[in-house]
Amino acid sequence: MSSDDEFMSDQMSDDAYGDDDDSLGEEFDEDDDQDFDDGKEDKPSRKAYEVDFKVFSDEQIRKSQQSQVEEVSSILGLPGEQCAILLRHFKWQKDRLIEKYMDGGEEVLEEAGLGQSYDTLPRLEKVRGFACDICCDDERGLDTYAMKCNHRYCVNCFRQYLESKIKDEGEATRIQCPSEGCSRIVDSKTVDLLVPAEVDNRYKELLNRTYVDDRPNLRWCPAPNCEYAVDCAVRPAQLHTIVPSVSCRCGHNFCFGCGFSEHQPCPCSLVKKWLKKCEDDSETANWISANTKECPKCISTIEKNGGCNHMTCRKCKHEFCWVCMGPWQEHGTSWYNCNRFEEKSGSEARDQQAKSRASLERYLHYYNRYANHDHSAKLDKDLYVKTEKKMTTLQSSSGMSWIEVQYLEAASKVLQQCRQTLKWTYAFAFYLERNNITYIFEDNQKDLEMAVEQLSELFEKPTDQLANAKKEMMDKTAYVNNRRIIVLEYTATGLAAENWKFTVDLK
Amino acid sequence: MSLPKRIIKETERLVAEPVPGINAVPHDDNLRYFDVTIHGPAQSPYEGGIFRLELFLPEDYPMTPPKIRFLTKIYHPNIDKLGRICLDVLKGNWSPALQIRTILLSIQALLGAPNPDDPLANDVAQRWKEDEPAAIQTARDWTRTHAMV
Ligand SMILES: [Zn+2]
Ligand SMILES: [Zn+2]
Ligand SMILES: [Zn+2]
Ligand SMILES: [Zn+2]
Ligand SMILES: [Zn+2]
Repeated sequence: MSSDDEFMSDQMSDDAYGDDDDSLGEEFDEDDDQDFDDGKEDKPSRKAYEVDFKVFSDEQIRKSQQSQVEEVSSILGLPGEQCAILLRHFKWQKDRLIEKYMDGGEEVLEEAGLGQSYDTLPRLEKVRGFACDICCDDERGLDTYAMKCNHRYCVNCFRQYLESKIKDEGEATRIQCPSEGCSRIVDSKTVDLLVPAEVDNRYKELLNRTYVDDRPNLRWCPAPNCEYAVDCAVRPAQLHTIVPSVSCRCGHNFCFGCGFSEHQPCPCSLVKKWLKKCEDDSETANWISANTKECPKCISTIEKNGGCNHMTCRKCKHEFCWVCMGPWQEHGTSWYNCNRFEEKSGSEARDQQAKSRASLERYLHYYNRYANHDHSAKLDKDLYVKTEKKMTTLQSSSGMSWIEVQYLEAASKVLQQCRQTLKWTYAFAFYLERNNITYIFEDNQKDLEMAVEQLSELFEKPTDQLANAKKEMMDKTAYVNNRRIIVLEYTATGLAAENWKFTVDLK
Repeated sequence: MSLPKRIIKETERLVAEPVPGINAVPHDDNLRYFDVTIHGPAQSPYEGGIFRLELFLPEDYPMTPPKIRFLTKIYHPNIDKLGRICLDVLKGNWSPALQIRTILLSIQALLGAPNPDDPLANDVAQRWKEDEPAAIQTARDWTRTHAMV
């Protein structure tokens, strides 16, 4: 199930950016930032499943820290370096820092590893009769350095010490004076002075990292090498009523609550439970998710090669559904019955053994569908790669322009996203207690699933037929997307109102 | 490669002002490698035992701590079967201003005050917490068998 680690792009990323007001707004100086303009368009009122968020670059994060440091510096009348250390110590809770400092400055400074006040710029010194405690060098004219705590070492040792802390240990905010037992924190002016630029850059990067890690409203985009952070006001205590999907400017959609790839409509805690369960039960479930099956009619082996679940046996032309192995004809109508697990009757379940078998069967039912969409998403993605080629072919064979063939890309993206949603609807359904609203949910799920399969099927058309299918494909894409919104809207509204009953505790 | 001044000084000092109950002698052919013995502290289950350790100063010493482990078998919640030691100053709390002698003193102190709440040898720590007198008796037995010549 590794499609969770893959990064699916979002065709709606532009309207998904949040509105202006939010917790960080005042801290960011947005005027001189063109980068961010695309995120501030006016947009129609937010849907129930959407959250407000903003995407910030590395550089903006840096500036925001700086402006807070300057603000505190002007209030407390302390040098910026010192305020930076204080703010980090207080996890950037500005007000709490200021309040505490007013109550007892010395104590706060001591606690943050700053000791007595310091106001001069750090500088190197040559000290008569000095011998370095680290390297034991006592040459005359040796450059030495000490912070305010006066633990003096030769400049080489101090530099080596800082380099090993920064490069090898990835430390930034908690580097202490090299002297044993001295808790004074090394400030960034000292680092600037002593280490080469490349290490200094790494240090600044690490400072940025911890800044984001320390703030509950910020989270780094988990995509590899992505340098954006997302600001969102959703807090851990709200995660049983909301699934905060956000999309980074790099194209990756992820959950602000847990950092996992987007998993709406399933709440974070269920995602965690579900993945744990799948891991534990993978042995039993493995055979189900196998790539090959036999045709229910002629028993010849069939390999699934596209994401579509509508299978046609090459040999006997029998059409069936990959998921339930039933005849496909039944699926195209309102009898489509592939998403709902028929609960076993009570009498059968009375027997303990039947009970545990029923519970495994129940799990496998949901797991099978979950894994199938996961797998199909991967196959759809492969198809997408081929789509690019198809688009080029289409352009030359049909004379369509680049813009005109974009519908294929859009369709492919919607398909990916819907598979992702469908996948998680099954984990969601697994933990759901059955009642009337469950049926509505399952109907919505079924509609989305059916639409997705139809769209996926269109993709498997040979290139020469694709150009003619443009209108059909665009309509289907819009329809599928709409079905997805309906599923998400319905589940999100229920979560917010705590209407859903789950078989496990969400908190 | 010549030996850093720091290591020469430390070695000289270890010889000139030895620490009671602790002995550290560098190998003739590798001056970064030390044979160490530590006497079990009085009033501890290790009393009367003489424990052999090996100590190695890595290339970037003193930026990184010395590598050190027990060679003599010892029953102790913070020392595992391979003789590796769980001691804060050998890990995160290492400071380049610390020295071989201070580290050896810390290890000697650890023998006098086992800390089963921060265990390395889990089964030993478990036993230490559940039945301290029995664990102490085992430590004594091991000392007699392995650390007394
Ligand atoms: Zn030095
Ligand atoms: Zn100091
Ligand atoms: Zn990103
Ligand atoms: Zn989540
Ligand atoms: Zn067949």
